[in-house]
Amino acid sequence: MSDLTKIKEILREFDGDNNALIAILQRAQAHYGYLPEDVIAEISRARLIPPAEILGVASFYAQFRLSPVGKHLILLCKGTACHVNGADGIEAAVSEELGIADGETTSDGLFTLNTVACLGCCSLSPVMMIDNETYGSLTPQKAKEILRSCRQ
Amino acid sequence: MKLKVGSGSCGIAAGAEKVYNALKAQNDGCFTLGIVGCVGMCFLEPIVDVYTDTGVLLKRLVRVSEADAGLIARAMKENDLSLLSSLEIEEEDALFLKKQTRIALRNCGIIDPEDIGDALSHGGYEAAKTVLLHKTPQDVIEEIKTSGLAGRGGAGFPTWFKWDAAKKAPGNEKYLICNADEGDPGAFMDRALIESDPHTLIEGMLIAAYAIGANKAFVYVRAEYPLAIKRLEKAISDAEKNALLGENILGSGFSLSLRIKAGAGAFVCGEETALIESLEGHRGMPRLKPPFPAEKGYLDKPSNINNVETFANVAWIIQNGGKAFASRGTESSRGTKVFALTGKIKRGGLVEIPMGLSLREVIFDIGGGIRDGKKFKAVQLGGPSGGCIPASLLDTVIDYKALAATGAIMGSGGMVVMDEDTCMVNMARFFLDFTAKESCGKCVHCRIGTKRMLEILTRITEGKGEEEDIQKLEALCAGIKDGALCGLGQTAPNPVLTTLKYFKDEYLAHIKEKRCPAGECAALRRYRINEEACRGCTLCAKQCPANAITGSPKQPHIIDKTLCIRCGACKNACRFGAVEVE
Repeated sequence: MSDLTKIKEILREFDGDNNALIAILQRAQAHYGYLPEDVIAEISRARLIPPAEILGVASFYAQFRLSPVGKHLILLCKGTACHVNGADGIEAAVSEELGIADGETTSDGLFTLNTVACLGCCSLSPVMMIDNETYGSLTPQKAKEILRSCRQ
Repeated sequence: MKLKVGSGSCGIAAGAEKVYNALKAQNDGCFTLGIVGCVGMCFLEPIVDVYTDTGVLLKRLVRVSEADAGLIARAMKENDLSLLSSLEIEEEDALFLKKQTRIALRNCGIIDPEDIGDALSHGGYEAAKTVLLHKTPQDVIEEIKTSGLAGRGGAGFPTWFKWDAAKKAPGNEKYLICNADEGDPGAFMDRALIESDPHTLIEGMLIAAYAIGANKAFVYVRAEYPLAIKRLEKAISDAEKNALLGENILGSGFSLSLRIKAGAGAFVCGEETALIESLEGHRGMPRLKPPFPAEKGYLDKPSNINNVETFANVAWIIQNGGKAFASRGTESSRGTKVFALTGKIKRGGLVEIPMGLSLREVIFDIGGGIRDGKKFKAVQLGGPSGGCIPASLLDTVIDYKALAATGAIMGSGGMVVMDEDTCMVNMARFFLDFTAKESCGKCVHCRIGTKRMLEILTRITEGKGEEEDIQKLEALCAGIKDGALCGLGQTAPNPVLTTLKYFKDEYLAHIKEKRCPAGECAALRRYRINEEACRGCTLCAKQCPANAITGSPKQPHIIDKTLCIRCGACKNACRFGAVEVE
């Protein structure tokens, strides 16, 4: 069970704004780390929107998650410039080092790997972002070393 | 003297914040320290510009590291810039700026994006003042019409026409929306512009809102751009404090509230009706047009949507006149265009060029050509909606019509350069993987057609392609183009159509000879060990998961091709470059 105090507070803030569902979900995820079922149910009750519709919106957008993420969130860029500069090799190295594929979390709960379409740092490609820190000009070896340093 | 550290997202990722902090720690009052946004020369980040106190650029220092802070501080203290010669930009790299004309990016890398005072001292909001106090909405639309400004989001629709339609639409409640949902992979023009000069965007929107009669405006920004959102939030709040937004702006009687809405990650929301759905809190699925947003947009009220770069040109046009803007560029494409130049290029970054320059000039004169001595193969314009243009068409000029004639599009400004190591079939697969994931699912042709195309392209890159696959691809392309409602679907086949048109030989090599000419498709790669380069260190044999490599220590090793699974682990492991792709 999630503590619903925060979501109630967020919902009060958006009271009267009928177009704010996405903003509410963003705020909720920023607080809870993902969108727990009971939080979605609370939003549904307060806004009179069926849970299915909320899930429809949440699953439509790449930003929303329905399960918790690891301590470190890896956003691995697979944009065009990164693709041309070897992003597939970086993904393979990260997967090998952590034993997880795109969208998965390591069993120790430390890392979640998400590939993304473009981080907009194309001149540093290939790029990955871990917890809002950007690492550029990666090689498979360099990517593995960065992950090892995150572990410590 | 004044030091300005280039602090856009790219610069920060390259270490600009560390350089800034190191300089701050060294500063004993001999210089002032500030930040600017993106200078555009991403390949040289972190960049520190040295200015006189009166604002004249003295020196550009490039690839600066934290360790250089002491030297820079000493040079400031001793007033001796010759100490910094090792950090100074090289003449060849400075060529990057030579053929550029900066209108939309005029203040980027020059002003502090977090300081409205700096924007004001560089002419910020002057055009808005002129408009609000001395011009009618019709005057503004006429000036934009004279300028020939067209939508910079990619489609190139005349801006004045959209404004005029929204202005004439009946109703008192109208909305102005800025599309900053820059979703094209390989593009970062909007991000750089907002991070570097948010006030120019706000000013452009203010003028547009006045022209169409909108009192409420939104900027729809990608949530993946936290720095852009942060700087824009500050800029909006500063503009409000200076009576440049809000009620009765500058005493003109005109009011505008401007709010940011963060997108949540859906490429299709770059399409204007999908963006409106998203603004209303729904799944971003496109609506049928007509009615166009100018009649029925946000909350079914008349709305006008333009891209960031379009708005960034507006204040300049008002100040310098539509004719000055129209005098640049070509007959069918006026003014300038911003591009994010990336890929296998020597000098990658953000460039703004007058329309009419050739692709060759942009890639070779500005970008310095291909890096590592490789050969140019193609340039990709317009992201997943665009196409790949081959070397034989490098003299095509940058112009909406000329680029469309190649099968590509102008697009929003992504320009990704590819060399001989890039496989064009895999490139097409890459884009279809993207559009198949990003299709909203509303139209059957797009939802299922892109998936089928992706399956065919994937099997071709895996060496399982069949001869009729090319006909199947062509049929699917035609079907999706006709059967999709919105731009995402209608243009999704473009990467396949252009690669089929210009690089059919690569498709045939994959299908008939089971060979990838670029050596990129892993399943078709053949590895061998160069006997002369191999030192017999045994590392490759240890790394090989298939035990396909044999050899005695200190003797050249051999790969058994019947056992090799083509994973490339040996090539990555080899320290002597002895593992080669055949």
